[in-house]
Amino acid sequence: MNPFLLATSIENWIDSASFWPLSVLPAAVWAAIIHTTLVGLFFGLPAFVFIWAERKVAGRIQDRLGPTRVGGRFGWLQSLADGVKLIQKEDLAPNAADVMLFRLAPYIVVIAAFSAFMFLPFSAGLVAVAMDAGLFIALAVLSLEVLGIVLAGYASGSKWSLFGGMREAAQMVSYEVPLGITVVIPVVVAGTLNLGEIGALQSGGIQNWLIFSSPFTFLAFFVFFTVTLASNKRAPFDLAEAESELVGGFHTEYSGMRWSFFFLAEYASMFFVSALGAILFLGGWWTGFSPLDNWLLSTAQSSVGGDYLLRVFGMKILMVKAAILVFVQIWIRWTLPRLRIDQVMTTCLKYLVPMSCFLFLGAVIWPLVLATTIGQTSIWSPVGDRMPRSRRSGEPEVSSEVEGDETAMNRWNSRDSLVTVGLSTGEAE
Amino acid sequence: MSTVLFVIYALAASGGALAVVLSQNVVRMAFWLVISLSSVAGLFFLLGADFVGATQLLIYVGGTVVLLIFGVMLTSSGPYGTIKSQPAEVVQAGIIGMAFLALVASTVLSVNWEANEVRLAHANDHAEHGHVHEVSEPESEQGYNPEESGNTTRSLGTALLGVRFDKDLSLESEDGSNHGHTHGNHEVSAGYLLPFEIVSVHLLVVLVGAAYLARAKRRVDVENA
Amino acid sequence: MENVGLEMFLAVSAVLFVCGVVCMATKRNAIGVLMGVELVLNGANLNLVAFSRYGSLGLDGQVMSLFVIVLAAAEAAAALAIVLAFYNNHMTVDVDQATDLQG
Repeated sequence: MNPFLLATSIENWIDSASFWPLSVLPAAVWAAIIHTTLVGLFFGLPAFVFIWAERKVAGRIQDRLGPTRVGGRFGWLQSLADGVKLIQKEDLAPNAADVMLFRLAPYIVVIAAFSAFMFLPFSAGLVAVAMDAGLFIALAVLSLEVLGIVLAGYASGSKWSLFGGMREAAQMVSYEVPLGITVVIPVVVAGTLNLGEIGALQSGGIQNWLIFSSPFTFLAFFVFFTVTLASNKRAPFDLAEAESELVGGFHTEYSGMRWSFFFLAEYASMFFVSALGAILFLGGWWTGFSPLDNWLLSTAQSSVGGDYLLRVFGMKILMVKAAILVFVQIWIRWTLPRLRIDQVMTTCLKYLVPMSCFLFLGAVIWPLVLATTIGQTSIWSPVGDRMPRSRRSGEPEVSSEVEGDETAMNRWNSRDSLVTVGLSTGEAE
Repeated sequence: MSTVLFVIYALAASGGALAVVLSQNVVRMAFWLVISLSSVAGLFFLLGADFVGATQLLIYVGGTVVLLIFGVMLTSSGPYGTIKSQPAEVVQAGIIGMAFLALVASTVLSVNWEANEVRLAHANDHAEHGHVHEVSEPESEQGYNPEESGNTTRSLGTALLGVRFDKDLSLESEDGSNHGHTHGNHEVSAGYLLPFEIVSVHLLVVLVGAAYLARAKRRVDVENA
Repeated sequence: MENVGLEMFLAVSAVLFVCGVVCMATKRNAIGVLMGVELVLNGANLNLVAFSRYGSLGLDGQVMSLFVIVLAAAEAAAALAIVLAFYNNHMTVDVDQATDLQG
């Protein structure tokens, strides 16, 4: 069985726990239910909160109050009211539409935004699918969202939708390049594509966060943030919807639940890229205050179940960081005017691509410069020292299948460390 | 469990491919192509090729197909325009396709791959040593097995940079026994560094060429207008 | 993966390959022909990765399939640029109309 298939870890856990007399198929069904519920919580709750926050922040920025009535003083339940309203609406497809694609397109968008969370580690070990190519595949899955939007734009049979879809495709071609390059920068510093490892590397103090590892990564974070605005279709890059020019862009013809799917997906992917930014640059699930982290670690190890609680605490930290980034995205949306499509492509291709290439080169050369000037490869402690090599796949508790392959993994690790030694001493063995 | 997944992915991949052939609308074809290619990515994951599967999703499904749909939007003359083939052509192509499929499928299913594998291993031993001083067992000749060695990202990356963890420098295992064909073989091959560089230059050439084609046509338009 | 052998993957890739060939042969829309090419390349890729898993060549198959994917993307970009140029000259993407060289 493949170690990184979705259901495997819970299936193993149910098998090993043996308190539940289940055969393989019901176990797989249970695993699927548990996973989808967990991921669904992370998918739905942030969207719920952020829709409310969007209205509230927009109101405050425009010197209004925002929602005040539904569910108490601050309008907490505004999102619920919105949802109820949307569910009641009629689900219709226009005559001119290609009905099959029109109905399927929202599902592609939602599924893409939904499955990207599978690869996101919320805390040390709290990841549904831990794999070495985690960052890469998360971005790959997230980029499928564009496909649904382009299909929706085409299938609606409306010129506004078609314009929205084409704008989204053009925008995607331009933002994917700087997004890929800026994401590679922290990967180069950390030396791994595994998101769990990248998070674990940033323990012990705010100076160990990858954003502070060199001036280039510091700038790269801002380029990354700009590009994620474009990838989320958030203002000033919301060309695909552009209410004032294209009515609603790609979702002009949608109503009811299918319309709200697009928005659930948008808020979920906002949260996703913000959490990704927090893991890649902003220290992941670490507080950034090393005495606090150390105290938490020591108390957690000395108490029963403390390990689990520590992870949940780490998840809260990550969600707070991501929520702050989402807040900044909302803030930017309601303060900046929209760009034109040619300005978007100019920004992404003419400015952000050269900038990110330069930052990438700088991040590669930086350790060499440091090594020749101050004699070590980073200003603070080198990233490789912060994590034990043997735990390179990160999460021993969750990925129980790794323990099953313990000897094989060890052999592999020892192999490649020997190869590294061989390379550095210039001989084959 | 993996058998069920295989059946699902295999059916989706084949069905998607069939639907690509059968549907007339280009955008629907693109949609079915997405289904087919994503299922192939799923098959890659089943085969333990996580990095290749992710590349498939990112470049094919996320990149190439969006590019194709973009092309459809730029070139379609009317809404949902279809260019139909002659029915006779379709029938001909269908018959030839079925015959070809029967040929390929029967060939694939009739070959005994494991026996060939063993024979290939013997042949390699002959070629390398001139004499069969140690007949390797087929078990030690298995391919890259992700269940034993975790994920493929690092090994693929180093292979592209010229070092093969899975072949060169394959070290003796803990009990001192060698894997069959690798004993005493500590030559370092160049891996895939040269093809990697060639591909990167090729990509640059294609980028410049495609941009040039797109530019040239616009200039002609301006002159005509 | 106990019950699924190499043959099954090869059969799926044969289906993909044949569908791609038929698609290339029958479609008159240039972009449809391109999709056929993508299907053919994917069938070959599936073969490569399956042999990498079941054969004795280690990671070679996977590296090859990576190159194939990258080159297929490049091919799609170049072909699409050609299709766009053709469309600008003939206002159609029907490959049967590409008869200029017949004189």
